[in-house]
Amino acid sequence: MLGYVMRRLLYMIPTLLVISFVSFAIIQLAPGNYLTQFQGNDRVDQETLQEYAKSLGLDQPFFARYFLWLQNIILHRDFGYSFELHQPVTKLFLDRLPMTLLVTIPFFIITWLVAIPLGIYSATHQYSWGDYSLTVLSFLGLSIPTFVFALGVMYVMVAGFGATSVGGLFTEKYIGAPWSWGKLLDYLWHLLPVLIIAVGSAGSLIRLMRGTLLDVLNQQYVQTARAKGLSERVVLYKHALRNALNIFITILGGSFSGLIAGSLFIAIVLNIPNIELLFYSALRIGDEYVIMTLLLFFSSLLLLGNLFADIMLALVDPRIRYD
Amino acid sequence: MIEKSRVPALEIPLQREESAHEPLTYWQLVWRRLRRHRLGVIGGVVVGILVFIALFADFLSPYDYATQQRQFLFASPTVVHFFSDQGFSIQPFVYGLREITDPVTFQQYYVEDHTKKYPIYFFIQGEPHKVLGLIPTRLRLFGTAQPINTLGQIFIFGTDKFGRDVFSRTLIGSRVSLAIGPFSLIISLFLGILFGGLSGYLGGWVDMLIQRLIEVIQSFPQLPVFLALAYVLPPGWSPTLVFFGIIFIFSFIGWTGLARVLRGQFLALREQEFALAAKAVGASNLRIIFKHLVPNTMSYLIVISTLAIPATILGESGLSFLGLGIREPMTSWGLLLQQANSIPTLTLYPWLFIPSTFIVISVLAFNSLGDALRDAFDPFSIQGGRTRT
Repeated sequence: MLGYVMRRLLYMIPTLLVISFVSFAIIQLAPGNYLTQFQGNDRVDQETLQEYAKSLGLDQPFFARYFLWLQNIILHRDFGYSFELHQPVTKLFLDRLPMTLLVTIPFFIITWLVAIPLGIYSATHQYSWGDYSLTVLSFLGLSIPTFVFALGVMYVMVAGFGATSVGGLFTEKYIGAPWSWGKLLDYLWHLLPVLIIAVGSAGSLIRLMRGTLLDVLNQQYVQTARAKGLSERVVLYKHALRNALNIFITILGGSFSGLIAGSLFIAIVLNIPNIELLFYSALRIGDEYVIMTLLLFFSSLLLLGNLFADIMLALVDPRIRYD
Repeated sequence: MIEKSRVPALEIPLQREESAHEPLTYWQLVWRRLRRHRLGVIGGVVVGILVFIALFADFLSPYDYATQQRQFLFASPTVVHFFSDQGFSIQPFVYGLREITDPVTFQQYYVEDHTKKYPIYFFIQGEPHKVLGLIPTRLRLFGTAQPINTLGQIFIFGTDKFGRDVFSRTLIGSRVSLAIGPFSLIISLFLGILFGGLSGYLGGWVDMLIQRLIEVIQSFPQLPVFLALAYVLPPGWSPTLVFFGIIFIFSFIGWTGLARVLRGQFLALREQEFALAAKAVGASNLRIIFKHLVPNTMSYLIVISTLAIPATILGESGLSFLGLGIREPMTSWGLLLQQANSIPTLTLYPWLFIPSTFIVISVLAFNSLGDALRDAFDPFSIQGGRTRT
């Protein structure tokens, strides 16, 4: 098992190298660079610009810059420097990590907590009144863009319930304050719209759960289990769900990166300064190293998610061999 | 023996049913199943209506999408009246809008001026436009026939910060929102079939190379790579070029999933007799792929296509909402919503949010149509739940 994980991790290295190169190439494809916006600005001296370009390494040729970036990452764990915020990318990233996790983890948990029971209910009560309503609701959830849903939730909270302190994750007085009951309550209150959006985005997961479980329930071994006279409970939990687990795990692994990326819209609408918002604002101004590093980060999450799913599959399913 | 006797017993009702009718072709069967799918039929009708709206958007809208009426900035939706002091009138009419400044908050809003009625006329002469981009005309479906920027205008969905009619912009915006899906679909279908086909049909190092390429593209999560590619589009590009750039971005990502599945299908199909026969008579590889193998994957391609379009509508709306998609003065549903992207704006001018319903309705319609098509193409599905417990 350990050997398998090690081998998979080793395979990730060339993939990550290719990804880092593609990320770099995409950003270099864009015309101009961070300093282009200052050209033609009378208040900026052209010589100063050239000096800046030199100090930021923007005057170097393409491959030289790529290898320099790569070398700094490997040797010094230095992912570059944000031109706009005048800070190392690593520091910016770590600063925003807690905020990101505080939003993403509850979002993730709520989505699955809603989707699993509802998906099971839908599959076991197929074509019932409840299944039809769940189908309609989850299709509706699938069809509403996240940003529209987020704006709608905020609008209802503000216009409908007269909420004043929506947006952000903490009221001003709690920012930087140590954790206390007051801060926790404040956090939960600000999390409320996020959790509502999480429920709304459970739609596709409910459909997936339902479809997967229905496929399993139609298998002959389920019929056999019923024929043996096992109770419906045992059939469902011991036979059907146990075999549907594989697909759930695969979906789980694949959803890591989607989750991080998907909360960008929530971050923008609710004004939560997380990593996704950092990526977006870097894109708006062409802050190259931030963009490249975060692209690399998002892709690594995807790879790690897949790896996690494969390991879990190997642990859960004795039929899967990992050597 | 028991098993054998069971088989004919199962087949008899099937045979009877078919002998009563003319034998149906595969496509007739699909069509029959599709018609029975109630939600799918509704979805199909809605899609048809949306396409009609997009095609004749400028005839249906009272104003040109770029016309700015500076006298009516952020005007709320105009109320269409049937009743007045004189009682009911069969011809609907609107009142003129007077701008009022709140003495306390200095916020400006509009109230109806009940002194004069402006009847709504149908098939009037309005601003010039070209039907389907070809026939120049001034004919528009409805309007109040008042000169631009004077009292008595009709803004069904209100106006935006430049005094442009949101209703007209929503209708014109449906063109971009609905066109991006099919356009990028055609490109990704072409790329997917070509590369998936070559990969599955030729195998060997071509397969290896294409699969690695697909892996690299797929190892980027979708939204970040969409955003990064949209960022690459030069700021100096014209809105039309950006439109095609975005189509390219969607197809650049979209073809990989398609190619993966097609590869698998082609791997199986290439060993079948008809493919071997075509090869034996000397057909070229591309001819075999496009003429012989692709038709056999048609049902899969049609279903994927109907489900890819709503995904692209959502993607485009997201990109435009973030300001990285379609650029002004072009308009799309996502771009219209960008104006409503903050809560203060939204609480002051909630009508700017109306275009979102068009996104939701069109995605719902395409999804239910795609779902119905999937069921209709699946020969083992029997509706009504008789096969599944």
